[in-house]
Amino acid sequence: MLKPNAPLAGPHRADHLFIAEMVEPGSRVLDVGCGDGALLQLLAESRNTDGRGVELSRERVNACVMRGLSVIQGDADRDLADYPDQAFDYAILSLTIQATRYPKTVLENLLRIGRRAIVSFPNFGHWRVRFDLMFTGRMPRTESLPDSWYESPNGHLCTIKDFVDLAAVVDAEVEEAVAFNTSGQKLPIRHSLSLQNLLGEKAVFQLRKRPPR
Amino acid sequence: MAVHPTIADVEPNAGHSLRLAEANNPSSKVLRLPESEPLRLACDQFLAPITIAYETYGELNADKSNAILICHALTLDQYVASENPVTKKPGWWSIMVGPGKPIDTDRFFVICPNILGGCMGSTGPASIDPKTGKPYGLSFPVITIGDMVNAQVRLIDHLGIDQLFCVIGGSMGGMQVLEWAASHPERVFSAVPIATAAWHSSQNIAFHEVGRQAVMADPDWCGGDYHSHGKVPRNGLSVARMAAHITYLSEDALHRKFGRSLQERSKVTFSFNADFQVESYLRHQGSTFVDRFDANSYLYITRAMDYFDLAAERGDVLANAFRGTKTRFCVVSFTSDWLYPTRESREIVHALNAVAANVSFVEIDSNKGHDAFLLEEPEFFATVHGFLSSAGTKRGLKV
Repeated sequence: MLKPNAPLAGPHRADHLFIAEMVEPGSRVLDVGCGDGALLQLLAESRNTDGRGVELSRERVNACVMRGLSVIQGDADRDLADYPDQAFDYAILSLTIQATRYPKTVLENLLRIGRRAIVSFPNFGHWRVRFDLMFTGRMPRTESLPDSWYESPNGHLCTIKDFVDLAAVVDAEVEEAVAFNTSGQKLPIRHSLSLQNLLGEKAVFQLRKRPPR
Repeated sequence: MAVHPTIADVEPNAGHSLRLAEANNPSSKVLRLPESEPLRLACDQFLAPITIAYETYGELNADKSNAILICHALTLDQYVASENPVTKKPGWWSIMVGPGKPIDTDRFFVICPNILGGCMGSTGPASIDPKTGKPYGLSFPVITIGDMVNAQVRLIDHLGIDQLFCVIGGSMGGMQVLEWAASHPERVFSAVPIATAAWHSSQNIAFHEVGRQAVMADPDWCGGDYHSHGKVPRNGLSVARMAAHITYLSEDALHRKFGRSLQERSKVTFSFNADFQVESYLRHQGSTFVDRFDANSYLYITRAMDYFDLAAERGDVLANAFRGTKTRFCVVSFTSDWLYPTRESREIVHALNAVAANVSFVEIDSNKGHDAFLLEEPEFFATVHGFLSSAGTKRGLKV
């Protein structure tokens, strides 16, 4: 039998650490696509959050609940509509948006359910991706995008620039944005958006719905 | 060739008289509520006096914060983790409840009452009506899940417990869990409704009606007054149990267990004997059930389940049942349960999400049908253990 509250194996994921830095202590968070619950546990331990999770895979949901996390089996594309407005301080989507069917609707729901939304995603504008496509002529396969195109769950990959555009489309203000390289190091803030888009392997954005004008 | 078209040709065995004794003088602990403390029922009648038969396991801690209430299903009883005095079998959930088990009696104080309307010592149609000196029979008022819970509230008051650490139960037990959480939210720290629904489906009402009609069609039912006539509607209640038992399993489970195998014979007998193993099995299930259960109790309890609809009393919006709740929920369903399918658990989860309640929801992969909640399912056990441990930490219980 799995022990509840067992410590997580391995080091924390870089995007999780950046997300944890953004989250105010003691807040209520909803982690959509929470996987094995690593982020929820990190947030509970380091930020004393009241966390909930939604996860598509039944096995992962059960593993989370066995560890004492409040997680339900559900689908980001279908089930977010159930949640009331502003029920959480943060609605988080870590490395999941690219695998949803309707990223724009999902993001709109996050901005509705949470006072703030935090989204991390693999940057398809990273130089390795561009290099692969340019010189091999095939869909890129990198550390963060390991699957072949026909087995990948990632139907909606985007670049950092694309995501900034989507934020504008859904009327969200970017409050904070971090791009980091393959070793999980934050890129200097002085880099231009184009340079972040080239050197950032992944990015984390904190967004807020703009108040109606 | 002898023909056995019915299952109840066997004479009542010792279990029968034991059962009658247990209905009025249970071996377990009892709480007797006097005439002066009647229970107001949903049907607007008052019921008194009332006996609540219950068992407890483990120790209540000093601040009375470690109590778990187990609500039992339709035909079960208070003997959740100790030998049943009628069947002499181990407690019905002794794989779940005990020292070191997921519901750890070294850590928690476990209470399991026999439901109102039951026949193992709590007041029900088999109990003697003090006004007549005879069993209530059909003069017993029609009760609801809410009435059962209100009787349990009296027991919890009597034990001096303000807030239960957890209310847990499967099937009809899960309905009681939901009723507790909806009607007494401040008294429920955590809730685990298992293999259940917030309202009884049309199909489930239909199955219950078949069972009730089978009982009432038996001439030995005597219009409900079989006690006075020294009879038991064995055939009717057996058939009811046989039909119900099929709904507790899954097609896959039946097929794996029996297939088309014949019972101790090499070919069919061209008769209505129990040629097939599955027939023999069901007949056995039916006849052993009659020895441990009261026919009128079966009618009343199935009716209470049919009437259950948590949303109907709340503007037909299930979420209204949980608005503002601070209770931590863990909803559990099983993939092969077609009596209370996952869809119905998901409705509960949707309602809880709509009020941003603290909810976990797991669907356990099992091929054992509805009965899975009573059986060895490691993933299910780990879920209950994990949820209770984490809730215990939040409640400040010592590990």
